[in-house]
Amino acid sequence: MAEAAISVKNLAVRFASEAGAVTALEGVGFDVPEGGFITMLGPSGCGKSTLLRAIADLVEISEGAISVFGRTPEAARLARDFAFVFQDASLLPWRSAIDNVRLPLEVGGKAGVVDQHASPEDLLALVGLAGRERALPHELSGGMRQRVSIARALVTRPRVLLMDEPFGALDEINRDRLNEELLRIWAETGTTIMFVTHSVPEAAFLGQRVLVLSAHPGRVREYAKVDLTAERRLAMRETVEFIRITAHLRGLLEAA
Amino acid sequence: MADIEADGRPATAQATIQAQPRRRHFWRDKGPAIAVAVGIILLWQAIVVGFSIPTYIAPSPIQVAQVFLEQGDVLWINFWPTLLEAAAGFLVGNTVAVVLAIWFVHSRLAERAFYPIAVFINTIPIIAVAPILVLILGNGYAPKIVIAALICFFPTLVNMVRGLKAVSPEMLELMRVLSASPREVLFKVRLQSSLPFLFAALKIASTTCVIGAIVGEWIGSNYGLGSLIIEATYNFRSPLLYATVVLGAGLAVAFFSLTSLVEKRVLTWKTQDVH
Ligand SMILES: Nc1ncnc2c1ncn2[C@@H]1O[C@H](COP(=O)(O)OP(=O)(O)OP(=O)(O)O)[C@@H](O)[C@H]1O
Ligand SMILES: [Mg+2]
Repeated sequence: MAEAAISVKNLAVRFASEAGAVTALEGVGFDVPEGGFITMLGPSGCGKSTLLRAIADLVEISEGAISVFGRTPEAARLARDFAFVFQDASLLPWRSAIDNVRLPLEVGGKAGVVDQHASPEDLLALVGLAGRERALPHELSGGMRQRVSIARALVTRPRVLLMDEPFGALDEINRDRLNEELLRIWAETGTTIMFVTHSVPEAAFLGQRVLVLSAHPGRVREYAKVDLTAERRLAMRETVEFIRITAHLRGLLEAA
Repeated sequence: MADIEADGRPATAQATIQAQPRRRHFWRDKGPAIAVAVGIILLWQAIVVGFSIPTYIAPSPIQVAQVFLEQGDVLWINFWPTLLEAAAGFLVGNTVAVVLAIWFVHSRLAERAFYPIAVFINTIPIIAVAPILVLILGNGYAPKIVIAALICFFPTLVNMVRGLKAVSPEMLELMRVLSASPREVLFKVRLQSSLPFLFAALKIASTTCVIGAIVGEWIGSNYGLGSLIIEATYNFRSPLLYATVVLGAGLAVAFFSLTSLVEKRVLTWKTQDVH
């Protein structure tokens, strides 16, 4: 059995605000195995983004501990273990698709990243954008921009890929297609993925396990196993097993 | 992949959109303004002739045009110093503003210490500072350049600070995930995203720097368009006065056009909706 890639223990995150301290997360604990694909569900404002950002050393931890391959989040960040994908593609509008994908190779202490990085051209082909390397972001559709941002995330061969509602702004067809592509990429690269979504079917379709959070303060409601075969197909979403799983997750969300 | 045709515009169609003929647009875009300008000049000529207005009160456009033909040398001799001062002031004022803006964005302390002072300097009427600067800096190019620089400085500072800060929080978080240094954030992200803001300010500065140079030449100067304006006024040489004003305006328009041209070349990535 693989060792834990990410281990979260008794985590609390509080924000200071004018109306006093806001507790975003409280007593959160779970493990993510190396090479695992974990999806996260929870009501709006329950702290899903905060949890991802705490893992990536973007917000301060108030209590508890996070370890990433046995290191602190900061050490892992400095070692370039992470890649982050946001809901909004966040591309640099003056850079072509290929130059946006190259950005991670140009910053942040290039030693160790440059000699073992993936080829930006191959990555654009992997996400279905061969031939559009020179296109500027405003010349691409929303779905294509998000593909570029996924390629950018993969270029450093990150050990951990954190995705915060990456397909939330896309139409269903694009979303389905990118879901399948993401699973293929995950199988090919073997990175550990944590993926936040508001879509129950998406969470069940992608995840080996689904971390369901409850709100105010954010706690782990259930760390549900998804008992589906490793090989996932979109048609699977019509099966009885799949519907049983989503019904269970919906029940958890309603009670959360 | 099949979806490239489905959700991306085919490359050929895109090329046609960008290569649309400029000619046809020229008259549609600029035509109305040119028509109004010509109309005003004709009306002006008609009023001056029709009401027999004395030349020293208001010369006719034809008289002004004659000055360009007959006293062109006087105009040109005084044109170059003004051009030089305005250009130098533009360069100095904007450079200082950009450098300060970069400093402010990286140091909250610097911003808190110097921003209010910059605001204060901006509130002093430039016409009131001009004599002081002439007293301090003498009668050469220096005070005019400083006045032109001062007048450019503030709008650029304000816009540049705004532009450098106009980076999406996600982009900054992304750079942090990549462990990028502040220097890398500045050169890879902030500077480029501030360019639309910078050019908006530079376009203002490109015309105000001419005003600054001319105002500087009003005070005890014996060369430049500004001094020519004073001289022509005192001697009731109204056609010369008008011609000088037209030349000054032309200089400002030339600076503005040049700035716009550079903007078009540099900001190729800027889509219309960012305006
Ligand atoms: N920087 C911050 N300062 C203060 N409070 C914050 C900050 N970031 C998040 N919060 C608060 O923490 C809580 C959790 O926010 P978070 O963005 O993690 O929720 P979320 O689960 O991602 O929500 P959504 O599903 O809408 O994206 C919210 O109550 C939010 O107001
Ligand atoms: Mg969120």
